[in-house]
Amino acid sequence: MTEHSRIELADADHLSDHRFTVPGMRCAGCISKIERELPKFAGIEAARVNFSAKRVAVRHDPALGEDAILRAFEKLGFEAQPAADNPLGQDDAESKKLVRAVAVAGFGMMNIMLLSVSVWSGATGVTREMFHWLSALIALPVIAYSGRPFFASALMALRYGRTNMDVPISIGVLLATALSIFETATGGEHAYFDGAVMLLFFLLTGRALDAAMRNKARSGISALLSHLGRGASVVNPDGTTRWIRAEDLEPDMVMVVAAGEALAADGRIISGTTTIDNSMLTGESRPQPAGPGMIVYAGASNLSDPITVELTATRDDMAIAEIARLMDEAGQSRSRYVRIADRAARLYAPAVHSLALLAFAGWMIAGAGWYQSLTIAIAVLIITCPCALGLAVPAAQVVASNALLKCGLLVKDGSALERLAQADIVLFDKTGTLTLGQPRPINLDELGADDRGIALALAQASRHPLSKGLAAALQSEGAAPAHLDQIAETAGIGVSGEWRGLPVALRRAPSGSDNPASELLVGERRVRLEFADQLRPDVTETLAKLEELGLSGQIVSGDREEVAASLGRDLGVPAIGAMLPGAKLERLEALKTQGHFPLMVGDGLNDGPALAAAHVSIAPGSASDVSQQAADAVFVGESLLPVAKAIRTARQTMRIVRQNFAFAIGYNVLAVPLALAGLVTPLVAAIAMSGSSIIVVANSLRLARSAR
Amino acid sequence: MTGLTVLIPIALGMGGMGLLAFFWTMKSGQYDDMDGAANRILIDEEEDR
Repeated sequence: MTEHSRIELADADHLSDHRFTVPGMRCAGCISKIERELPKFAGIEAARVNFSAKRVAVRHDPALGEDAILRAFEKLGFEAQPAADNPLGQDDAESKKLVRAVAVAGFGMMNIMLLSVSVWSGATGVTREMFHWLSALIALPVIAYSGRPFFASALMALRYGRTNMDVPISIGVLLATALSIFETATGGEHAYFDGAVMLLFFLLTGRALDAAMRNKARSGISALLSHLGRGASVVNPDGTTRWIRAEDLEPDMVMVVAAGEALAADGRIISGTTTIDNSMLTGESRPQPAGPGMIVYAGASNLSDPITVELTATRDDMAIAEIARLMDEAGQSRSRYVRIADRAARLYAPAVHSLALLAFAGWMIAGAGWYQSLTIAIAVLIITCPCALGLAVPAAQVVASNALLKCGLLVKDGSALERLAQADIVLFDKTGTLTLGQPRPINLDELGADDRGIALALAQASRHPLSKGLAAALQSEGAAPAHLDQIAETAGIGVSGEWRGLPVALRRAPSGSDNPASELLVGERRVRLEFADQLRPDVTETLAKLEELGLSGQIVSGDREEVAASLGRDLGVPAIGAMLPGAKLERLEALKTQGHFPLMVGDGLNDGPALAAAHVSIAPGSASDVSQQAADAVFVGESLLPVAKAIRTARQTMRIVRQNFAFAIGYNVLAVPLALAGLVTPLVAAIAMSGSSIIVVANSLRLARSAR
Repeated sequence: MTGLTVLIPIALGMGGMGLLAFFWTMKSGQYDDMDGAANRILIDEEEDR
């Protein structure tokens, strides 16, 4: 807390705040390192870490630019990215409102229960009346406050002539409250304040869980989103460079694109030769050489050497804009999906309401007075009010999504889990999805143990994409970095250093083959390392597991036909290559009209429309921002296994949800006759409700181990 | 009965205090960074503070 107040006390007028995403924070040491060391840089006043969101708020001198702060992070050994301006949007406010409503309902419920216990245990006369009045005094403001989420949503549904779960809930709560007030005013025997408030409490708990799940996934995904390529270093007339956001870029500006950076806009190369990776844009896996005069597109990334690019198009007529248009159209079909809870409500609400009406009419005909008939009708409404139903879905989904989160899969919301369970065919993109989408060395076995240590130490010192790929590959094979002296990186050439007196270097290799390559120098010895995009480690296992679950796989790739076909043969699945974003979309539509529920797994910008159009979609954490936002779930790490786990867990979740529903309905079958017979007292209602809610939650908790 | 007129307001007041305390903890951001709070306990605060 001390750090926090220090930031607030600082002279706010002269300082500006910026938020940065730092995915690399893993431990307490990272927190203290950032919070202590960052303010030591000139111009930075304070830093405050939010570890859960992997975000750092930096208070700094406005003269200090974003890139200077990023460099400060880099010096501390952290990769940081500027976070979006409004990181905690409305969703967070909404979930806080729900938690507050839960707290108020919980407070009301406990106090009213306390009073009810003495009424149930036989208080009569003045005592009972006073306790009823006291209950009313607590219940009315509590219902008015905590009931708002339901009332608002029910009103909205009714206004559009529809019905959802909130309609029967609202009617039940309001009628129970009205009846209880009437009972209290006339000195009657039964008041249902406790039932009404308890109902709100359990249902709000379900809602709050649901909101918490969505927020957790969203903050996880925003921590993954790369903000590279969202802007560019533009060269000023005087030769200096400044950072400009992508939306402010204009034609004829000249930008410098470093190795490893993504292009923010379309343009023509004016100097520098390099290799360009278009896989995000087209699915083509082979990096392409590019030199002065060539046109390069936004979304592609620069692999080997810095280039300067003159911009030719503005944001609206870039190559990406076409993909964005396709995505807008594709996203509409998914919004037609109706969640299982609302589907249940569609059947449930009319049934409950007509049952209550029938009870009222029945007792009137049978000769009971209108008062007694009304009491019984309301008792039917309360007892059937879907406490367990309201918890049945969110409780199961929250537990399941937490379990999936632990194995590296972020599911964006409950509807995504429901749709995952329905999937019956999987379409995979190739580059970046089945493969790592990163150049990895293919001839590592030419390196001896010493060479490996040296190569790892050198590769770790560089941010070049080939070095990153080399470092990742060596680390995964268990190499430990050798101790080197005098490590220095020269942009465009490589990294050099000294190992036991020998000069060593990792540098650009003379061109010789299709693959990008680098060269390791140890003294006089040279080893040429070739790089290519390789398959993710568990692809075959994942496909087999999906097959087991009854999902057949297909590869739809934007890469060349022969590359896609040969991979398809290796993996034993049908593969189509050379597919444009529109063609992927058509393929999905065709599957959908055949009655399939396709799951799309893809990463590139060119997969964006397909991810948005598929029945459900998953993107890897290395995917483009657009794809991560379009996808229903994102998995992190190199393994593809979370895809199969997601399907299995989603199906288990639906099984539990159905059990919960069956239980809730079974309980109604038992309780409704009691209510119809006029035997339901507030005591019976309270026991029935809390009992059924607890059983539903306990049943859902069984999912906690499902993702293992 | 006279006991109740004293005890019930006390019970309600205590519950209300708990509720207010919870609201205060929410407002002051104590639930914003649960994982961070768990880790911060390990940070040695002795030096340069």
